[in-house]
Amino acid sequence: MSKRIDVENLNVYYGDFLAVENINMAIEPRSVTAFIGPSGCGKSTFLRTLNRMHEVLPGARVEGKVLLDGEDLYGKGVDPVAVRTHVGMVFQRPNPFPTMSIRENVLAGVKLNNKKISRTDADDLVEKSLRGANLWNEVKDRLDKPGAGLSGGQQQRLCIARTIAVKPEVILMDEPCSALDPISTLAVEDLINELKEEFTVVIVTHNMQQAARVSDKTAFFNIAGTGKPGKLIEYAPTQEIFNNPSEKATEDYVSGRFG
Amino acid sequence: MSVVATRPSRLTSGQTPKWLVPVIALVAVILGAAIAALIGFSVGLWAIFAFLLFVIAGPIVIGMIEGSRKGKDAFARFLVYGSFLLALIPLVSVLYVVIAKGVPGLSGNLLLTSMNGVTGVHDNAAAKGTEPILGGIYHAIIGTLETTILATLISVPVGLLTAIYLVEYGRGGILSRAITFFVDVMTGIPSIVAGLFAASFFAWAFKDPSMRMGFVAAVALSVLMIPTVVRNAEEMLRIVPNELREASYALGVRKWRTITKVVIPTAISGIASGVTLAIARVIGETAPILVTAGFATAINWNAFSGWMATLPTYIYYQIMTPTSPTAAAVSETRAWAAALVLIVIVMLLNLIARVVAKIFAPKTGR
Repeated sequence: MSKRIDVENLNVYYGDFLAVENINMAIEPRSVTAFIGPSGCGKSTFLRTLNRMHEVLPGARVEGKVLLDGEDLYGKGVDPVAVRTHVGMVFQRPNPFPTMSIRENVLAGVKLNNKKISRTDADDLVEKSLRGANLWNEVKDRLDKPGAGLSGGQQQRLCIARTIAVKPEVILMDEPCSALDPISTLAVEDLINELKEEFTVVIVTHNMQQAARVSDKTAFFNIAGTGKPGKLIEYAPTQEIFNNPSEKATEDYVSGRFG
Repeated sequence: MSVVATRPSRLTSGQTPKWLVPVIALVAVILGAAIAALIGFSVGLWAIFAFLLFVIAGPIVIGMIEGSRKGKDAFARFLVYGSFLLALIPLVSVLYVVIAKGVPGLSGNLLLTSMNGVTGVHDNAAAKGTEPILGGIYHAIIGTLETTILATLISVPVGLLTAIYLVEYGRGGILSRAITFFVDVMTGIPSIVAGLFAASFFAWAFKDPSMRMGFVAAVALSVLMIPTVVRNAEEMLRIVPNELREASYALGVRKWRTITKVVIPTAISGIASGVTLAIARVIGETAPILVTAGFATAINWNAFSGWMATLPTYIYYQIMTPTSPTAAAVSETRAWAAALVLIVIVMLLNLIARVVAKIFAPKTGR
């Protein structure tokens, strides 16, 4: 269920503006990879190229290759919609569908695609996904209540449950805890640790302690100045990035001496 | 210590006594009546003078006691409340007159019969009191409902799909800017022009210059409805957060499924109330109905053949050409009752839309 990602010579553009330049990276299956770096350095942009979500924005395009177990996501005839069923995504702000109940939110990936699913299979999938997102015990008695009525941390875990319900191979998380309190953050971090048993997880975070706690490998991105493209400065095991970085810029950033 | 306690606080200023504002209002009302009487008394003049006096005198008095900032604050506050009350006057008076004049004409007979066979003879007898008022608005209610429903059936799909194109696919290209421009132009079309368009279009298409039927009227009304529906639906779709679309895409859901299953359900309550407003706008149209559906006194269920009456044209004819010229009051009674029924229908539509909106609205309860 878990796949590796290889990125080769990737450039991301918004119209004529080169946002991210020449990224090469290999992400191992069943691992957690954290992207850190200052705001505007292209972490989120790069993350969104991994499931072709950046194309939703007008004028965004990509040069280079993103290989999911050897298959190029940007190859000829590749359907971005199919890509997204293999590479799921959790966003910065929890965004459960406001018109749907908790149960419907979990089943959204199945139901919105009009796939037929029997009542018992649906019940199993809801329970399995919610258990997978550590949310089952909190919501099992109110599955038919609206998803928007949960607390922020619960909503974010509901969004994770919704993502794992479509059984992706990779889960991308774009600052999933930045809108959450420390206790909810802890719940999500524990969850990330469990998710890597089954999925390849890539997480963007501004919280360096979080990167240090949850990730196996860390990538540090930086930007030379406004209007310049973001670049991958260093990509190494997390211990190395935080204790013994090989680049001066990485050391400055992780020790807070940046800028 | 006692020195500190007795020193006046710099944080307080003079306070207007509680009775002052009502007294100023009362004086303004009395003086307003006096000034209005000098010119020639009418309720409207009285209201305007009282309003002006209150808005000017109230803030000056408060400003003298509490300071100029409080005075300006009172001026803005009185202006807002006063404008609201002034705006309510026409609404309340219309409602009052229609209810007062319409209720006496209401009867089962009025609601359940047409004007077929009702002549001046009957009306003259009714005016003398020897016969009850015969004739009713049944045929006009049918006509109003049929033309409006047909117009809605045409306008809502066209308008909604246009709005979806503008918001989800257009991305500010030439076509979407052109559509926006022409929709704006359409909003300003006088209703009689829409009626003439529908009439001449059908006359040309079917080679029949006197083609009049409910469906032609529905087309004319939909010309008036479509721009309203497009504009409103566009606004409603735009305020659906992009995050929801992205969340749906990230689950591997196709764009059109995202639109039909996520975007539209989220916006449906706003769209529904917009459609009701559009209906309310066209249900009272008279001129385009006259040139497209003609006028009838008998029941016609078929919107695709034969002339049809609607409530506005019924009211128009009852007032302008009373059934009995010597007993016009009888026709007037029927016209006022028809007006009341029209208002009730619009209010019912409004209520239905609110219920629909409530049912579909995003759920936020815990």
